[in-house]
Amino acid sequence: MSASEAPMKALTIRLQDELFAVEASQVREILDLVPITEVPNALPFVGGLINVRGRVVPLADLRVMFGMQRPEPDQDTRIVVMEVIIDGEPTIAGILADKVHDVTDIEAASIEEAPRVGMRWRPDFVKGIGKRNGGFIIIPDMERIFDTTDGRTPAAATTEERSSL
Amino acid sequence: MNISDPTETFRQEARELLDLLEAGLLDLEQDPGNGDLINSAFRALHTIKGSGAMFGFTAVAEFVHEFETAFDRVRKGQSEATKALIGVALDAKDHIHRLIENPDRRITGGDVILSQLRQVVEGTPVEPVAPSPVAERTPAQKVDTTRLWRLTFFLPSDALVYGTNPLLLLDELAQIGPITVTALTDRIPDLDILDPEVPQIGWQVDIEADDPTSAIDDVFLFLRDSMELSLVPLERAPAAAIDLEEHTQLAAAPRAQEPAAVPVPPRAKAQEKAETDKPAASSLRVPAERLDELMDRVGELVIAQARLSQIAALSSDTALKTIAEELERLSSGLRDTTMGIRMVPIGSLFGRFRRLVHDLSGELGKPIDFITTGEETELDKTMIERLADPLVHLIRNSVDHGLETAERRAAAGKPAKGQVRLSAVYSGAEVAISVSDDGAGLDAARIRAKAEENRLITPETKLTDGELHQLIFAPGFSTAKEVTSLSGRGVGMDVVKRTIDGLRGTIEVSTRPGEGTTMTLRLPLTLAIIDGMLVRVGTGRYTIPLAAVEECVELPEGLEGQAKGRNFLDIRGSLVPYLRLREVFGITAPRELHQKVVIVSSGEGRVGLVVDQIIGNNQTVIKQLSKLHSDIKSFSGATILGDGSVALILDTAHLVASGQSYVDRNLNGRAA
Repeated sequence: MSASEAPMKALTIRLQDELFAVEASQVREILDLVPITEVPNALPFVGGLINVRGRVVPLADLRVMFGMQRPEPDQDTRIVVMEVIIDGEPTIAGILADKVHDVTDIEAASIEEAPRVGMRWRPDFVKGIGKRNGGFIIIPDMERIFDTTDGRTPAAATTEERSSL
Repeated sequence: MNISDPTETFRQEARELLDLLEAGLLDLEQDPGNGDLINSAFRALHTIKGSGAMFGFTAVAEFVHEFETAFDRVRKGQSEATKALIGVALDAKDHIHRLIENPDRRITGGDVILSQLRQVVEGTPVEPVAPSPVAERTPAQKVDTTRLWRLTFFLPSDALVYGTNPLLLLDELAQIGPITVTALTDRIPDLDILDPEVPQIGWQVDIEADDPTSAIDDVFLFLRDSMELSLVPLERAPAAAIDLEEHTQLAAAPRAQEPAAVPVPPRAKAQEKAETDKPAASSLRVPAERLDELMDRVGELVIAQARLSQIAALSSDTALKTIAEELERLSSGLRDTTMGIRMVPIGSLFGRFRRLVHDLSGELGKPIDFITTGEETELDKTMIERLADPLVHLIRNSVDHGLETAERRAAAGKPAKGQVRLSAVYSGAEVAISVSDDGAGLDAARIRAKAEENRLITPETKLTDGELHQLIFAPGFSTAKEVTSLSGRGVGMDVVKRTIDGLRGTIEVSTRPGEGTTMTLRLPLTLAIIDGMLVRVGTGRYTIPLAAVEECVELPEGLEGQAKGRNFLDIRGSLVPYLRLREVFGITAPRELHQKVVIVSSGEGRVGLVVDQIIGNNQTVIKQLSKLHSDIKSFSGATILGDGSVALILDTAHLVASGQSYVDRNLNGRAA
């Protein structure tokens, strides 16, 4: 990531107080909040399903993975529909965002690897940290976050995070 | 999704041709003298060779060439299609299959097969029999002293458009032997009506060679069907024109000075082509993903239409109502058509099993009659693909365990040849596929003994015949005394059961001692759409597959407040366990005063599902859940409702199983 020369085209979204950047090329569309169908007994990280143009799409809440508070949606809440790789298979998923900002270039040189220590979040969920306008932007490692094969459950990760907070 | 990858196209085509070849060989075994069968097998080989070479599958082309050469002797009537030959030919077919699937790997064994093939073919020389159309072309006439051949050809009018270069063709001809080429210009029209994209020049080529027939055949492989071509040996009477291929009609031998004097009547040719290529002309190859996409779109349309109907029903605008009804009619028609596209006759699957039975019969030394019926029965494509493995298991079981050895059959007064029947038939909204044999039947006592040995049941357990037979589907269950290479390891039947459950189907076993066993799979016609019953639990709406619903009853008042331990309903005298979906789903919203119970069944078991409200019936387009939710077993999928929201589809098989285990826990708990 930091080695690549080209700037990263990223969509910036806000989750609680943090700015996140997701690869713009993976974003399919951005939706206003739609009715969410709860999936009983599902992990809180992927607790819902939504209808995106006739497709049933899982709705993920990254805030769970980053141990954040999850207030009720408000007028800024959006759903970012994007392609994520789940266990090697491209899958369409929705991501809840507290607010969607803009599409921006993040200079490759400004992206640093996530520090192994001193971070509030599981380091393997963070691909890198970019800088823009003096602030930090977290680049989440979507593949790791959506990985279901490594045996760790997102719920466990959450409690782990919460207890360490 | 690269659908235009030419090698993949070749592979697909080759697979079909190989299937054709296999079917042809198996038919040939029954009817060894049938010239049509021999020719169709030969044609399949020839096409594989040609296109294989074109797409760089050289190993395939080389092998097939040898295969073809050997098989040519059969075609010419020099050898007979003996059982041994068919056996080796089937091996060769398998080898080609391996070569095509793994072009990069070095696959050995080809030489052995070829030498066997040669041995078999050459070991049984027979005199050319009665002059059949095939036998007429005996090499006695062909491979004689003729050294000079006159080839005359006109390219099809679209040849240049498709990139054929006549000069390259001439170069290729030059490689067969020394040639003298004369351009035939007499068909070139006046300049003002000349179409430069149509090849107007004919070619007359004198070739020096022993027998250039097959070599020339190869040069024109892709043009042959629509071109004019004639080949005459020059030092013989010109009337002895020789066909390059039986189904290609050739011009009557032209005299040397009047090239192409008698052009082939194009109509006759077109007809012949239409006959041989019928499937190609009337069908279209479409990637399955596109069909899935189409199905999705139609699903969306149906949903949007349902919303429109809802709105129209509330409105008093007659124009709106009319158009809503019109749209409803159209979209339901479109849905049926789209579903129809995905339906494939099950015969494509049955064909594969002929080979399986053929091989098993040889391996086990049990002569078998394999009879299939209902090949035209259509099922959803995905369903057919997923049925292949379970059916293999069932057929193996029938052959290996079901049928007795020839001696024992004789002792029992049965014909020595065992019978295995595979049939498919519609029954209501389901398809019943059954595998039956006329063997010894299931041995109830042995199943029981084995089940007790495996601690599946206790000696006290009372079982009906049906329950006892279902035990063979338990994991690790096998009554075979010895493990053969085919079966007896106890894996298989449980896999069958699981796969069929996954397809929302059921398995029935019926058996009569000494007369045989029939296993019947009952499957829904399609995986894509089901009729569902929409229910509400808390604030969530869920769909229950209607096929699984037996009845709906009100939850008796008295049971509402009762403690968990006694969740049984008395349905006309039989105890049915029930699950409170509110508890299963962890719903805390206040419950409805009068709760309903939907009794669902799967296989032998039944369970009641307690819901807050029964909303009604709906047609449901099933959407698979993503991997993120694949760990949640209570749901088999999701669907989109008329108002655009998503509802989950309950997996009744799973719920019945968990209800059953609940029963077991409770009854055993009480017994202890």
